[in-house]
Amino acid sequence: MDQHSIDKAPDAAADWPDQIYSLLKTHNITQVALVPDAGHSRLIRRCLADNEMTVVTLTTEEEGIALLQGAWLGGAKGVLLMQSSGVGNCINMLSLSIMHRCPLPMLVTMRGDFGEFNPAQVPMGNATQTVLEAMGTLVHRADTPEDIAPTVNATIRLAFNTFRPTATLIGQRVLGAKTFGKD
Amino acid sequence: MLAASGKLDRRELTRALLTDRGDMLVIAGLGAPAWDITAIGDCAENLPLWGGMGGAAMIGLGLALAQPKRKVLVITGDGEMLMGIGALATIAVQKPANLSIVVQDNEHYGETGMQETATRHGVDLVMMAKGAGITNTMFVTKPDEVPALHKAIHAGNGPFFAVAKIDATSKPLVLPPREGALLQARMREAVMGPAAHHQL
Repeated sequence: MDQHSIDKAPDAAADWPDQIYSLLKTHNITQVALVPDAGHSRLIRRCLADNEMTVVTLTTEEEGIALLQGAWLGGAKGVLLMQSSGVGNCINMLSLSIMHRCPLPMLVTMRGDFGEFNPAQVPMGNATQTVLEAMGTLVHRADTPEDIAPTVNATIRLAFNTFRPTATLIGQRVLGAKTFGKD
Repeated sequence: MLAASGKLDRRELTRALLTDRGDMLVIAGLGAPAWDITAIGDCAENLPLWGGMGGAAMIGLGLALAQPKRKVLVITGDGEMLMGIGALATIAVQKPANLSIVVQDNEHYGETGMQETATRHGVDLVMMAKGAGITNTMFVTKPDEVPALHKAIHAGNGPFFAVAKIDATSKPLVLPPREGALLQARMREAVMGPAAHHQL
């Protein structure tokens, strides 16, 4: 990752992004909708390299809710990857998943959460779980590397077994927050 | 097919587009397009939307990617398309050959009191689609152009994007089922058969 980037990617030694990729394969996820986040950068690279997956880079996260509604109508399973700020862009579109009982697993990397540097990230980061739950999403957090895979697995299973939006919030504590030497 | 205004009648246009549709799957944006496809004939291959404004084209994309051998048509309004206009870029990049989008452009928000949309003031959705990289487009204003529009949405040379300028008059409400789980399940069954409900 670019050292001048303001986002922080997982350490090269961390294998939880690869564990998430394996889970996507296990659950036959074929549509991966995303607005990029540094926290998901390794997972995104794995998905892009997989010819059985269609990676759809969105102009705004709410497009992903609609995309995966269409995927499910056609019998395909998808997942939405985004940063916590993107959750705010999804609010009304989540009504699609509730109304139609469409499985919708979301994997959200948190900002504004634990040691954040950027004040603009805090309002939405602070509201992410509340907003998702207000829109009927079942939310689980993962704040340690070893907790990510089991939580993501539960989030995917809960979505496709019980037909609803679900989310794993991957805490900023896992990724760490940049401070730019200003701490 | 022309209304008194000299513009295309939205119901007659919809009827023409859905004639001999085969197994085409149709997503209709909320409001009048949903009433239009229902007036022509409600069926399992229709998903009339009650909400999710701005999402119709993206639902079409997800469906088209999931079922590349089936034709998918999105019929929506100008206000709905404008709300999700970024989808044109997303769709252009994915290049689904089986996806067509037809915007029935009456230049107004029809369900809320006929307030003007941006297309009333010159915003050109066909140019925006071209700018996004969708090369196969049409701009339709006359009945004698409709057969070519019908042909284009069945040709499979997508992504295809068209704007049809239509008369702004509201039509009698013909409401589809409001139970979203039914609307979703019936289309899934139409696509996958009974196995749709037994998927693990």
